[in-house]
Amino acid sequence: MRNPYTREIPKYTWYLRQGRYVRYMAREVTSLFIGLHAFLLICGLGALSQGEVAYNEFLAVLESPFYVVFLIVALLFVIYHSIAWFNVTPQAMPVQVGEDFLPGGIIIGAHYGIWAVATIVVLFLAGVF
Amino acid sequence: MSERKINLEVLRYDPDKDSEPRFQTYKAVPCQDDWVVLDALNYVKDNTDTTLSYRWSCHMAVCGSCGMMIDGEPTLSCKAFLKDYGDTIRVEPLYHFPIERDLVTVIDDFVEKLTKVKPFLIPKQPKSIEEGEYLQTPKQLKKFKQYTLCINCMLCYSACPQYGLIPDFLGPAALSLAHRYNIDSRDGGCQERMKVTATNIGVWECSFVGACSEVCPGHVDPASSLQQMKIASTVDWYKKRLMPWSKS
Repeated sequence: MRNPYTREIPKYTWYLRQGRYVRYMAREVTSLFIGLHAFLLICGLGALSQGEVAYNEFLAVLESPFYVVFLIVALLFVIYHSIAWFNVTPQAMPVQVGEDFLPGGIIIGAHYGIWAVATIVVLFLAGVF
Repeated sequence: MSERKINLEVLRYDPDKDSEPRFQTYKAVPCQDDWVVLDALNYVKDNTDTTLSYRWSCHMAVCGSCGMMIDGEPTLSCKAFLKDYGDTIRVEPLYHFPIERDLVTVIDDFVEKLTKVKPFLIPKQPKSIEEGEYLQTPKQLKKFKQYTLCINCMLCYSACPQYGLIPDFLGPAALSLAHRYNIDSRDGGCQERMKVTATNIGVWECSFVGACSEVCPGHVDPASSLQQMKIASTVDWYKKRLMPWSKS
């Protein structure tokens, strides 16, 4: 007689089963900081739209130790997510040239190149150079 | 050839007697050093316990029947060389599938999902036999060839936590096969498949854990096909709204 048995998956601890799942969850959890940072940027834009006084108040708030620590942590996670994303771009966006596919290293490298150029442009516009 | 004795901890389940699965250890199974886990299971079945049930057929990583959890990792037992494991090896049925008996799982859900994505050529312009073959260049073939290598072993389903948590998810192999036809130059069924694949039980349930590609014995890289399908689905969504006059 058939009587299939279904094994339950622990809903809140399933990711502890393997290292790869823990790494995945770490990636997912750290993305919360990216979301919060994006929200902060939107708040900054909102303050900017209300004039110089409001924007300077916003900047003053960011100088508090809490926000300085938050921004450093968010920056580290943004870098982590950028690297993680660049590393998977050959899978998500393969480029076929002739019959063959471009080696993954070239696609990843191109992303780092564009990142560097974009950073220089932003720093230039910000008046660093 | 030298001989080594290993202990096999096998998850057993007899639907007629057991209320839940239990581990049974076969101690000191004499193994040759070039054996794989499947050979050890076959030795046990032939010499120790004829009631042990498991699927296998080709013994050469082609048929996709002998997938099992070996020391917690979804693996083809015909590719799992004993020399790569310790003296005690734990063997369980593939995770995320109901257990029929011992190491045999119920795969009906997978087969049903496979048919849902229409895994066959839907020609752009149907031809009669008299009109000849659907021609294809080597470049066009190479574009999708990797995705034809899937042997339906279901290791990717066993590795995918999304499938485990959300059983409606179509899963890596079925979606990869849909992608294989979507990017085939002879096929015109992409829109037809998107009705199923571009939904919240399709590619959008995938959160790119990447485990499917890590365990895939055929290097199909299902994770890559799902990400490419997400991009195609997004482009299609915008195209339909911003350029309603264009043909997808």
